[in-house]
Amino acid sequence: MSGTALRTYMTDQVGPLPFCPGCGHDRLLKDLDKALVALQIAPKNLVIVTDIGCIGLADRYFVANAFHGLHGRSLTYATGLKLARPDLTVIVLIGDGGCGIGGTHLLNAARRNVDITAIVANNFNYGMTGGQHSVTTPSGGRTATTPSGNIEAAMDLCATVIGAGASWVYRGLGYEQGLANRIVEGIRHPGFALLDVCELCTAYYGPRNELNKKKLYELVAASGMGLGLLADKARPEFGAAYREAARRAPKRQRVTVIEAAFTHSVAKQTGLVVAGSAGQKIRSTATLFARAGMLAGLQATQKDDYPITVMTGPSVSELNLAPDWIAYTAIDKPDYVLLLSADGLNKIRASLGRLPPSCLVLADEGLDLPETDARLMTLPLTRAAKEVGRLSIGTIALAALLESEKLFPMAAFEAAITRYQSKDIAEVNIKAMNAGIALVANTA
Amino acid sequence: MSLEFIEGNEAIARGALKAGCRFFAGYPITPASTILQYMLELLPPEGGVAVQAEDEIAAIGFCIGASMAGQKALTATSGPGISLYSENIGLAIMGETPLVIVDVQRQGPATGSATKGADGDIQFVRWVTSGGLPIIALCPATVAEAYELTVRAFNLSERYRVPVFLLSNKEISLTRESVDLDAIALLPPVARTPPTCDKDYRPHGFARPEEVPALANFGDALVTRYTTSTHDQAGYLTANPAVIQEMIDHYVAKIEAAADEIALVKHDRQDGAETLVVSYGITARAAGLAARAARANGRKVSSLTLQTLYPVPEKAIAAAMTGVKRVVVPEMNMGQYIREIERLAPPGAAVVGVNKMNTTLLSPDEIARQGGLL
Ligand SMILES: Cc1ncc(C[n+]2csc(CCOP(=O)(O)OP(=O)(O)O)c2C)c(N)n1
Ligand code: SF4
Ligand SMILES: [Mg+2]
Repeated sequence: MSGTALRTYMTDQVGPLPFCPGCGHDRLLKDLDKALVALQIAPKNLVIVTDIGCIGLADRYFVANAFHGLHGRSLTYATGLKLARPDLTVIVLIGDGGCGIGGTHLLNAARRNVDITAIVANNFNYGMTGGQHSVTTPSGGRTATTPSGNIEAAMDLCATVIGAGASWVYRGLGYEQGLANRIVEGIRHPGFALLDVCELCTAYYGPRNELNKKKLYELVAASGMGLGLLADKARPEFGAAYREAARRAPKRQRVTVIEAAFTHSVAKQTGLVVAGSAGQKIRSTATLFARAGMLAGLQATQKDDYPITVMTGPSVSELNLAPDWIAYTAIDKPDYVLLLSADGLNKIRASLGRLPPSCLVLADEGLDLPETDARLMTLPLTRAAKEVGRLSIGTIALAALLESEKLFPMAAFEAAITRYQSKDIAEVNIKAMNAGIALVANTA
Repeated sequence: MSLEFIEGNEAIARGALKAGCRFFAGYPITPASTILQYMLELLPPEGGVAVQAEDEIAAIGFCIGASMAGQKALTATSGPGISLYSENIGLAIMGETPLVIVDVQRQGPATGSATKGADGDIQFVRWVTSGGLPIIALCPATVAEAYELTVRAFNLSERYRVPVFLLSNKEISLTRESVDLDAIALLPPVARTPPTCDKDYRPHGFARPEEVPALANFGDALVTRYTTSTHDQAGYLTANPAVIQEMIDHYVAKIEAAADEIALVKHDRQDGAETLVVSYGITARAAGLAARAARANGRKVSSLTLQTLYPVPEKAIAAAMTGVKRVVVPEMNMGQYIREIERLAPPGAAVVGVNKMNTTLLSPDEIARQGGLL
């Protein structure tokens, strides 16, 4: 940075640090300060994101941008800040409690490898709320919520994030010499770095378990979880990888603008239900037909109904076509019902009994149709589709409907097929359209 | 006329882009997922970022971080996701974070019917987080309005530094409509105005409670602070009851003082009408048809459609109810916004709900019959 170097990033303007005498957080913040002094990051480019808990009180003591968020969620804000402003240096101060409640964010920050440095102030319990056990409380550890000693196993934070892909991981003790240098390395690491700093809560976990500095070392050493640098590998940083992928991504043209070029003979809102099966291209064919109607100067709406398991079961599309704006998009009394498969028929079977005589049901041959007052037209749709192409049954049926009912010129349907579909699909669908026309001609 | 045939979610995504949104984070959930999909397609070529987060809590967390770092941010979900957003919505209110949240409502409670519509979150979004402080909520009735109101939602969130909900419904978000987006006159995007001071920036500074503080982005010239904890205007923790009350008054006043400015309603008034239909969202369309049918039957019926749900457009609602004997409130829920109407209704006026929550639309006929319009 320009001008004189900062000799400290801590401010005495807001009073002394708030921690209990001997609390490990105190020493940790001073080591962080040393690291920042060594790095000389401009305060406006530095963000200290704090989690909740006693460690979460830290943000106000630094001359840097401060972001104090919700319990366990600090890594999410850090990710958002870093993705939005890659020039920021983002440091997260989080407790062992925060690592527990925000476990999924810890895993995913490590997995994504966003350039954030997470410093865990790991005092084996929830200091702020009265010394309850956390995910890192050693087994047997005495806390407010483990009266006969912790019967849960302690989570190895370092192994956990390494398993998730963390690229730089260090475990140390809060009072160790040189921790500041390790923090410097963590911040310099271009990716997700985590320092698990084991320390003393002098109000709760320490006295309850007769811990002191020496016993703290013995405890961590005996856990077998390892001390020192535990991972250091090069992995693509998420933000950089994202920007690189974005540069390569094709800019897709998705907007399809439709100018009316044909006429229509639809006098009122007309409801059309197309009921078939998954794999019959019901939805896309209905969209195509609506666009054809729009080419003929109609307004349209489309709603689809299909099971979440998209590749099986029924698929139903409801189309409205009208000369004016369509206010009510449900179809309570359809004008046309197209039944393309037994799945589709069964899905809407209950509504068929209520159809008015003015409705035309156009059904594939061989379907077990219920009693209805509606007009009925059965055509060998599946057979025709076998000749043209399996996926074309919808186009065949809609062309047959159009040929029979003359809602708008067939040329509009043809134009929609050739304009809005890729060349090879359009070729098949033109054949399908002609097959539909022929089916109606044959019945006439 | 040049029309497109698009669903509401596409209109929302494209509206967001027009509003200057350059950050999106979301977690897949029907019927909101396609917004994530559109944003993944639209944002990267504009230099923006769209990401799928590990859950809804992370999604809104990313957005809050990105917004405070200067990007206009959007997230989108449905009822189950709004539940998970809850605590962070409180944070966004506390930190005065501009943020647009789309709630594509689906039939609930719980997982409910994933692919079916409802308007079950109408009071939920108002009281979505602890503290009960105000938010803004807009509610489109059409694909075109979804486009238009998304831009407005961004502008309001920037203008008032508050999360703004766009309350959609599966019936708008996943229904394709023929629509001419280019014919819609969008509001010009509101840009963030940086603070004018060069030091001693107060992230929540105001002289009068209704004043909206200037927002310094993380990473810009001024060092700034953000906190979930009860704080003073400078963003420092405080336990001083007078200061705390001053801040709470500010969160309330900045929205309430602007209620008339934020209010957006459509009043289809008939002279001498004794009945008024008040509706919003997809149901407004059937309500309009029901009113029309009633008029054709010789009944005098006015219709009021609300595009702003919160802050409650009290003046407009009260004005529309003047002289009316009967107010009909059709809703795709078991009676939520009717509570606001009841408290504003003139003495003696009957307020009648028409309610259904079975995943199907309220039809004009149901509204007319059950609302006694015929
Ligand atoms: C959602 C939520 N649940 C619970 C709390 C209450 N709470 C405050 S601090 C804390 C534990 C913090 O422990 P740790 O992260 O280890 O920090 P320490 O106090 O030990 O530094 C809890 C549970 C909260 N603030 N938010
Ligand atoms: S309660 Fe424990 S963690 Fe909190 S300040 Fe005191 S010693 Fe430190
Ligand atoms: Mg702790």
